Amino acid sequence: MSMTATIESPSTDTVMTAPPRDRLVLEARNLDFYYGRTQTLFGVNLPVERNSITALIGPSGCGKSTLLRALNRIYELYPGQRADGRIILDGEDVLHNGKGLSWVRERVSMVVESGVGPEPVDEENALMAGTDLARLRARVGMVFQKPTPFPMSIYENVAFGVRIYHRKSRREMDEIVETSLRRAALWDEVKDKLHSSGLGLSGGQQQRLCVARGIAVQPEVLLLDEPASALDPISTAKLEETLHELKREFTIVIVTHNLQQAARLADYTGFMFLGRMIEFGPTEELFQRPRMDRTRDYVTGRFG
Amino acid sequence: MIDRHFRRRFSNWLFVAACTLATAFALAALILILWSLFSQGIGGLDAKVFTMSTPAPGSEGGLLNAIVGSLLMCAVAMILSVIIGVLAGTWLAEYGGNTPYGYAVRFLNDVLLSAPSILIGLFVYEILVRPLHGFSGYAGAVALALLATPIVTRTTEDILNLQPHSLREAGIALGAPQWLVVRKVIWRAAGAGLLTGGLLGFARISGETAPLLFTSLNNQFFNADMSQPMASLPAVIFQYALSAYDDWRRLAWAGALLIALAVLSINIIGRVIAREPRQK
Repeated sequence: MSMTATIESPSTDTVMTAPPRDRLVLEARNLDFYYGRTQTLFGVNLPVERNSITALIGPSGCGKSTLLRALNRIYELYPGQRADGRIILDGEDVLHNGKGLSWVRERVSMVVESGVGPEPVDEENALMAGTDLARLRARVGMVFQKPTPFPMSIYENVAFGVRIYHRKSRREMDEIVETSLRRAALWDEVKDKLHSSGLGLSGGQQQRLCVARGIAVQPEVLLLDEPASALDPISTAKLEETLHELKREFTIVIVTHNLQQAARLADYTGFMFLGRMIEFGPTEELFQRPRMDRTRDYVTGRFG
Repeated sequence: MIDRHFRRRFSNWLFVAACTLATAFALAALILILWSLFSQGIGGLDAKVFTMSTPAPGSEGGLLNAIVGSLLMCAVAMILSVIIGVLAGTWLAEYGGNTPYGYAVRFLNDVLLSAPSILIGLFVYEILVRPLHGFSGYAGAVALALLATPIVTRTTEDILNLQPHSLREAGIALGAPQWLVVRKVIWRAAGAGLLTGGLLGFARISGETAPLLFTSLNNQFFNADMSQPMASLPAVIFQYALSAYDDWRRLAWAGALLIALAVLSINIIGRVIAREPRQK
């Protein structure tokens, strides 16, 4: 892993050692977030390197989950929640607040290009430039704190997301379900009861089922919001192992309260405090040689 | 200290005793009703009740036409009110519940929930019976549907609001559009509750008399054509219970017992379904 520039922006107190620009898959730039009139994120930057695990740590209420929920714009389910700034997925800004008509213009220019230029337009990007939230969420998957299996069979749980966008033959779907469950390290435990309800699994199994369901749609990034906080240590270890394996094919951003978990899993770690990104860098550096006092206090357990 | 302790214990005892007494009072009334229904109705309940239509005074007969009429009208009413009620309740819970229009809909639905059923009957009489020059089973079904819809709407909204937010978010986070999440995930998760709402609505309307008097009227003969006036159990009970003939009054008791048993079993089924734990 090669590290390059250390950016110390003067406006905020962020200290950042970002991965090289060309390896980023997702990036939040100068992100503000509001719950109604209350601002909860202040100019947050978060670079996410492809095929790595990025952990977000910090005391409760510091904005980790909010940041995560901004990345796939799931917050838009709730009126009154709003994000300002830029979220860039594969070089495309996905955070258009419906302010202005920039996305329309972009879309029009795409159309013009496709009419004139010899290069085929990347349709997915054109969609992204619009506000196809469903498409965005298919590319940026999410796993929640509490397991959320749907009230249907294990098989149908995994197939659910795939069915939305693709018409697959029975055989293809069987294959997708099996691969996804294998990747989530759940296959051996459920292969004989694929058609029984997902609600009958244990908590740890349910969480891995949710991971399988999330990766079945082949997202580029998988967001996990404290996925192990409701699990016992053995299930947690299994989940961590799974995530470590998944890094080869996917990019993972994980919010965690468990510092050891971040230290074990993550390639990069961001420490947040009171809605600001205080320090971001390679996990080892952040834990062994924190450059900010707040970070040091937190990772050494002096507060939080 | 001891005095205070004693006083507390005494007031506790007094309160529990008052609650118990009130419960016993309510239960006693219910048991008395059931007892008189059983003792008076069980004698009239024989095979003829289910095989013959309402008789002229003094001749043999049963309640077949009334039973069939009640079942038909309730079935049509439930089809209407489940479709409208589940969709309206879903809209309130998932889409427009927090808009001014949503508040208005919820408020009016609550008003409708407690509207006197005789007003509903008169209303349907004015819009369906008079313009079409005739009482009919359809008009009766519409009146019953108007009574059941608010119940179904209300329970649907309540049940859907009980479903965890995380379930909706999980569906949305997979890239599913909201309507798909509602249809495939939320409705399924709420299935037992929705069914209970429907059964409660059905239990409510199966004993209604007032709205039927103005709409389906009554019919002495067997009739399965809903465009004609139709007999129904409540209407027959009303007519026969007030009559001077012993055999008619015996049929009225039998009919009352039938309705009570039906409502009771529907309620019990509804409870059992609602309590059934999530399948393994």
